[in-house]
Order: sequence, then structure tokens, then C-alpha cells
Amino acid sequence: MADIVLDKVSKSFPDGTVAVRDVDLEIADGEFVILVGPSGCGKSTTLNMIAGLEDISSGELRIDGERVNDRAPRDRDIAMVFQSYALYPNMTVRENMAFPLRLAKLDRATIEQKVAEAAKVLELTPLLDRKPANLSGGQRQRVAMGRAIVRSPKAFLMDEPLSNLDAKLRVQMRTVVSRLQKQLGTTTVYVTHDQTEAMTLGDRVVIMRGGAVQQIGPPQELYDHPANLFVAGFIGSPSMNFLHAAVEEERLRTAVGDVPLGDRLRRELAAEDAPRELILGIRPEHFEDAGLVDEQTRGRGTEFEAPVEIVESMGSDKYVYLTVSGERASAAELEELAADVGADGFGGGAANLVTRLSAESTVAEGENRRLWFNLEKIHLFDPSNGRNLTLHEGRAAGALAS
Amino acid sequence: MSTETETATAVDRAGPTGAVPAPRRGRVGRPTLSEGKRAERRLGWLLCAPAALVMLAVTAYPILYSVWLSLQRFDLKFPDEREFVGLANYVTVLTNDYWWTAFGVTMLITVVTVAVELVLGMGLAVVMHRTIVGRGLVRTSALIPYGIVTVVAAFSWRYAWTPGTGYLATLFGEGAPLTERASALAIIMLAEIWKTTPFMALLLMAGLALVPEDLLKAASMDGATAWQRFTRVMLPVMKPAILVALLFRTLDAFRVFDNIFVLTAGANETSSVSMLAYNNLIRGLNLGIGSTMSVLIFLAVAIIAFVFVKLFGTAAPGSTDEGGRR
Repeated sequence: MADIVLDKVSKSFPDGTVAVRDVDLEIADGEFVILVGPSGCGKSTTLNMIAGLEDISSGELRIDGERVNDRAPRDRDIAMVFQSYALYPNMTVRENMAFPLRLAKLDRATIEQKVAEAAKVLELTPLLDRKPANLSGGQRQRVAMGRAIVRSPKAFLMDEPLSNLDAKLRVQMRTVVSRLQKQLGTTTVYVTHDQTEAMTLGDRVVIMRGGAVQQIGPPQELYDHPANLFVAGFIGSPSMNFLHAAVEEERLRTAVGDVPLGDRLRRELAAEDAPRELILGIRPEHFEDAGLVDEQTRGRGTEFEAPVEIVESMGSDKYVYLTVSGERASAAELEELAADVGADGFGGGAANLVTRLSAESTVAEGENRRLWFNLEKIHLFDPSNGRNLTLHEGRAAGALAS
Repeated sequence: MSTETETATAVDRAGPTGAVPAPRRGRVGRPTLSEGKRAERRLGWLLCAPAALVMLAVTAYPILYSVWLSLQRFDLKFPDEREFVGLANYVTVLTNDYWWTAFGVTMLITVVTVAVELVLGMGLAVVMHRTIVGRGLVRTSALIPYGIVTVVAAFSWRYAWTPGTGYLATLFGEGAPLTERASALAIIMLAEIWKTTPFMALLLMAGLALVPEDLLKAASMDGATAWQRFTRVMLPVMKPAILVALLFRTLDAFRVFDNIFVLTAGANETSSVSMLAYNNLIRGLNLGIGSTMSVLIFLAVAIIAFVFVKLFGTAAPGSTDEGGRR
């Protein structure tokens, strides 16, 4: 077990493309860290650099305080689980799991015992004499995990280990991974492009985009206090609503009505070079049916009226889709997020809103409905660089903060 | 031979996915086929028929005819003495020293050249597979020997080793290497290896492409050195490709003819069995003995193929699903 430190680690290829740029990350002993981001964001390259499968172009990688930049993978004492599982097809499950131990020249009895232990933990004991070709996807995945845990390495690296499983099995295996990591207490770096996995599994999440780290923090913190537009859009399902907002004196003009501004934001926006146009971000759960908001809460937000397009009742709450007129929010980050999920017009086609209302709401499709949203929970972003303007000393304080 | 088994399994695999899921067993215990399925099968036979007929005409007929000839005393120099002699020709050939010398030479050439080609070809395949810069150039230059007609290449080797004019002969001092048995055999094998290593490399490169990159990465994470990755991961995964390459090359090498024909013409006991068969059949016009030798060569090749196919059988399970991919 060990801590892993990435100190300004970069990766550039001979043709000049930079895959990873100045990544600073300190992973504590026993910590479970998730690297997440859309495809091509450099998360897998970062993992491969930790593994030693890719050379580090600049910066330093330390495991247990020791610089390991130039060490071969086998001298780093870390295990890796691959998306393809990478099981040796010519070996049985037992031989697959024993492979790293045999290479380490352990004696036969110790190997037997360690393999048996790992097999028991992962419930692989009845499958030990099968070949990988005769296993299901989930079983192969467990064998890959077994091969990693069997030699008690300093750290586990996992490269999208659940991506090849079907949805149901993925959820099941997620808890297996989580339980295993807690049980073993081994430092783990886990790469995924699935924000749900990132939110549910990790102690801390590192969000990457275009080779650079966007924000590092516990899942809840990233959700509540996103540092920029990209993080805000990437984390959360359904994702945050983004609307175009024009700065006018002491308030913002938006498709969901005027938004008053607190002192601090007003001061900031009064500056010479301050942006004149912003992007307003509201999470679906921060909307409510105006009729269901009590007097006390009502004051903390503002109301607007919009035609209801679709109502999806989930039982516990209702997802309500509305259309609001007005300009669509646009920024490079939003387009990238849209491309990643394969949807055009992310953050509102003609400014569509996704809202999550209480189940008691009597909202019906086709009607015009009055909705309320919480001003303390909204985020304002600078479209030129994506920065979250409502973030003050790492905390998001809404529009009214003084 | 391998192609036959492959198509057979392919058909088996394609069968159940075919149009109509016919009931497994009919009343009589035989699978009853639906109308569509039967029509499909008939069409299959019809489509195969022309090719099958041509194959029978050009292979089965000559084979059977040579077997028939091998059972006769039939020398075109004495056409009147033609008679059926049963297996007498086989006794003559199999008790003859020339035959066994030629057989020994053929086996030696086969074993040595195939072994050396396998090692060199594997090296070449890895180089071709791994090269990133100038990939096309490397591959093209590696394949040049294979692109030259064997007889032409053999002549250039002969001239190179001819004393007085050849650059290789002068390089290795006095003497005429092609006139001594050991050196002549060595030169024959050298020419064979030079010529067919690229072919071996091509077949092995196809096998290398079957080894998933992740598997090698996993092995290095598991603590394997480059050599261990090669022997414990790459070779086992490549096994089917290696067997195919070995089969092709062994069958080819056993029938070695052109190089010997041009380089020594079989002098100094450097004849292969094919060479000997040619000398008896075409030059000696002894159809009986020549055909006997041809049939024996055919049997030897069949045995080699059979042994390899048996080996394939043991290689099949587990390696059918390369890399454990889904």
C-alpha cells in the first residue's frame, strides 16, 4: 500500500499533440480516486503513465515517496485491471491468477494458498479450472480482479473495468469493487467515462478535459460547487440546465425571468472587463411547482411560467420538461459535453428545461405552469472561460450572495 | 486439409443461425428440414459442383492414375514389357539405397530449413509488426526474396558460387563448394531459407496481429520480462498461426526441387525425393518406378499433414476465442 503523487505530469507525443498537461494529484494511502471525463480527455493516458505503460514526457511520478518515472511496470508493484479483462486465453482461471505470483518466483504452496484465498473472496472457486473462453463477462471481470488482488500490490489501477458489462451487472459489480477496495484498503485509481460510477465509487473524483484537470474533490463537493461550466455539465443526471443570461445593471435578464444579483456579484460584474453575458446554471431538483412552495421558502427564489411539454412520473418525483423562449446558452464546454453524450443542443434545444418536481405536483402535459426555482442554488458561468462566478472560496453561494 | 476442416466448422456454426429454426429431431429420428432449408442445401451443392468436378478432374484422376501406374512394370524404353506387377515396384524402391539417401537428404533439408525459417521468420515478423517508421519500406524489402521466381534466384545463387566468376565463391577462398556434398547441401538450404523466410514471416505476422495489445500490457503489469511476454503470452496465443505456417512450409520443403535442380542437379548425392522421382519418371522414362516414388511422396506429405491436423486439434480449445474478447 502506498501513496501516489503526480507532480506536473505531462504527456506529449512526437507529432506535438499534448495528451496530458501538468497534472498535479496527490493520492493518499488507501484512497479510492476516480479519473473521469469524456473520451480523449487524457484519463487513460494518465493511468497508463502511473502504470508505466506510457513514458512520462515531463514531471515526476512518485510512489511511496520514490521517483518511479523510469521504472518498468514490473518494478512498480502495481496491478491493473483492463476494460478487455486481458485474460490469458491459454491458461485456466487458476493459472491466470497464479501468473503474477509465478513470475515473482513464489513457492508452489504459497501460490496455491493465495490463489485459493482470492478465489474465495471473488467467489471464483468453482471456476478455477475453466478457461476464460468458457466464462461469462462478469466472471471474466472477476478473474481479472482476482489476478490483480492476488499479489497484494501497492496500488490497483482500473481502466474502465465495468464498461464491457451489461447495465444490470455493472451496478452489481460496482458494489463488488467498492466492497473489495474497502476490505483491502489498497490505494486505487479508477478510470471511467461514466459519471454515475465516478459519483458512487470514489473518495475523490478528478474531472479531466482535454488533458487538463478541471477539478478535484469528493463527489458531493463537485456536484454542489462545480468550479466551471464543464464540471457543472458533466456531473449530475439529468444534467444541469444552462440558459443564456444578459447582465443588466443589478440583475440578469433570462428566459426564466429576471434574476436579482447580490452585492458581491454586482461588484464583480461592475468591473471594466467583466463579461456582459453569462450562462445561468440550475439543477433539475432546484425547481419546484410554485403552488407547493411555502411562503418562507418562496422568498429565496423566483417564479416563472412556461408551457409543459412532457411529464415523466418516477413515483418518488416527477421529471417535467418545459420549453422557454429565449437565446440558447452557448460555450465551447457545452458543445463538447453535447458531443460526448452524442446529443445535439445539450443544455436545451430551443432552451428546454429539465426539472424535477415533487410527486404531489398536479402538473399536466400541454398546460402553462408556474414554477419556482431557488436562487441560492443557481450558478453563473463566464462563457468565455467557463469559470463559475458564484463560487467564492470554493463554495457556491447562488446569485444573491453578498 | 486445414481449409476443409475450417469450412466444415463454419458450416456447422452457420447452420443453426440459418433461416428457419427447424425442429431438432423428426419422427424418424432424423432432423426434418423445412422446404426453404432443403432448397438452400440443394443450391449449395449446385454452386459447389463445378469447382468440385474440376478438382476431381485435375487432382483425383492423376492421383489414381499414378497409383495405377505404380502397380505396373512400365518403362517407355521397353513399352512391350508392360505388365501388372502388384507391389513389386514398392519393394524395389523401398529397398533401394538411392531412395533412402534422397529421403534422408529431403528430411534433412525439411527439418533444417523449416526450423531456421521459423526462428528467422518470427524475428522478421516481430520487426515488421513493431516498426513504426518506414513500415512500408521495411515490409517491402523483407518480401523481395519471396517475389523472385525460385529458378531465377537459384541461378543467381549458382553463379555466385561458381569459382572464378562468383563473388561468394571468391569470398570463401579456393574450391568449388557446389561440387562437394556437405557444402552443396548447405548452399541449397541457404537458398531455400533465403527464399521462403519472408513467406513464413508473413504468415506469422498475421498471427502476431491476433495477440491483443492489452494482453501484453497485462503481462508486463504482472511482472513479465520481454522474453516472458514472448514465450508465455505471445507464443501460446499465436499457436494456431504458427502451426499453419509450419504446415505450409513443411509440405513445401518436403517437395524441394527447383533449387536442387539448378544448383547441383542432384550430383554428389544431393537429390531430394522429388528430384529422384523426376529423374526416373521424366528422364528415365520409367513410368512404373517414377509413379511409385510419386505415390510415396504423396503418402509422406499426407502423413505430415495428418500429424499437423492432429496437432491443430489439441490447439483448438481455448485458443478459439483469442484474448478472451467478447
